[in-house]
Amino acid sequence: MAVELRSHKDATTISRYRSGRVDSSYPGFYRPNMPKHDHDHSELSDTQLRVRALETILTEKGYVDPAVLDGIIEHYETKTGPHIGARAIARAWVDPQFKAALLEDATKAIASLGVGVGDHLIAVENTRARHNMVVCTLCSCYPWDVLGLPPVWYKSAPYRSRAVMDPRGVLADFGVTLPGETEIRVWDSTAETRFLVLPQRPAGTDGWSEERLATLVTRDCMIGMGLPLTPATP
Amino acid sequence: MNGVHDMGGMHGFGRVERDADERPFHATWEARVLAMQRAIRFARAWNIDESRDAIERQPAHRYLAASYYERWLMAMETNAVEKGLIGADEIAAGRALRPGKPVAGVMTQGDLGRSFTRGSFSRTPNSEARFKPGNRVRMRNINPPTHTRLPRYARGHEGLIEALRGCHVFPDSVTTGRGEDPQWLYTVVFNGRDLWGADADPTLTVSIEAFEPYLEPA
Repeated sequence: MAVELRSHKDATTISRYRSGRVDSSYPGFYRPNMPKHDHDHSELSDTQLRVRALETILTEKGYVDPAVLDGIIEHYETKTGPHIGARAIARAWVDPQFKAALLEDATKAIASLGVGVGDHLIAVENTRARHNMVVCTLCSCYPWDVLGLPPVWYKSAPYRSRAVMDPRGVLADFGVTLPGETEIRVWDSTAETRFLVLPQRPAGTDGWSEERLATLVTRDCMIGMGLPLTPATP
Repeated sequence: MNGVHDMGGMHGFGRVERDADERPFHATWEARVLAMQRAIRFARAWNIDESRDAIERQPAHRYLAASYYERWLMAMETNAVEKGLIGADEIAAGRALRPGKPVAGVMTQGDLGRSFTRGSFSRTPNSEARFKPGNRVRMRNINPPTHTRLPRYARGHEGLIEALRGCHVFPDSVTTGRGEDPQWLYTVVFNGRDLWGADADPTLTVSIEAFEPYLEPA
């Protein structure tokens, strides 16, 4: 069975923490000796207690302000996301000048849409001959500014281990098949450069507005783990 | 270091599964962990390379068993203690036992807007770039026990410099007390068969972003 690394299935890990079966004695891992509720079945896991302890300490020592933390969370939950990247892709599909600018310097081009994008964003273009995919084998580098927080699968061991060696197999896991002659280029994000895939414009969209085109641009197709929706997509 | 975090080309992790739940956070504590990391990073208490280094230094079995945000939590505790911002005794107590130390700046509501735009890692170069696009290079066979961004699967292999990406903070130096030590960064592209052998997908090319000290002329 695959090692479970998905963050929304923490029950196993948490229960092992709680029962003390995970060794926490190595240097660099500090296990808080937090007072537990009176009854044994506390609603708070050890992970939750540790997070709460760390926030308490950082706050009491004046390093962070909990209200600011709330603001950061609100941003990631409600403001940022793949709709930003989708807007840029749709613009590139209708505006050749913008497309050229995007491929030249994606940070600068997307900033011209009034969106704050950090440095070193690179757009890579899918063509009939070539399909681009993005991975971070060493951690989970991802273009947060244009796609929001990465999905769990992007950060998972199966994707990180296989994308560079067996990209067609990884695509098949998501039901995506590319023509055998299409070259596949995998970009491993091993530094602070970030990659955004510019997919091919779907057929049958002549005359579509930029806004309408943007509805076809999925997050996965901007990572290269999918293709854009088509007018025929149900 | 040759850790389990360096996953490119490993077998045995199974299929890539779509997320059943696409919310950015799957528990409140995950959101608090992300927010603390962003806020403390803003205070320049440590940088992104030091965060990654602290994650990679977790024992392999713990790294594999932990979820993404659990790794962040462990790394933050490690970074905060190693930087002297908090004490292990305070983590054990679950509260501050001493006043805080001065930090470069505590993030305020007013900083929120600009904090979300990714920072620049570009630095002024100390020398001319040694290579240029079109050059053949070989990735050095290095195995440092400390943090590096040269994945194992690329070491010793020959590739082509496709682009020069500017001069950036060098993670290998930042995490070993040698400062930012800016280095030129290149996109180096490899043939899939050079990396994975004759049975590899003939249409595959893979690129990494490689700092100049990782490269030697081929």
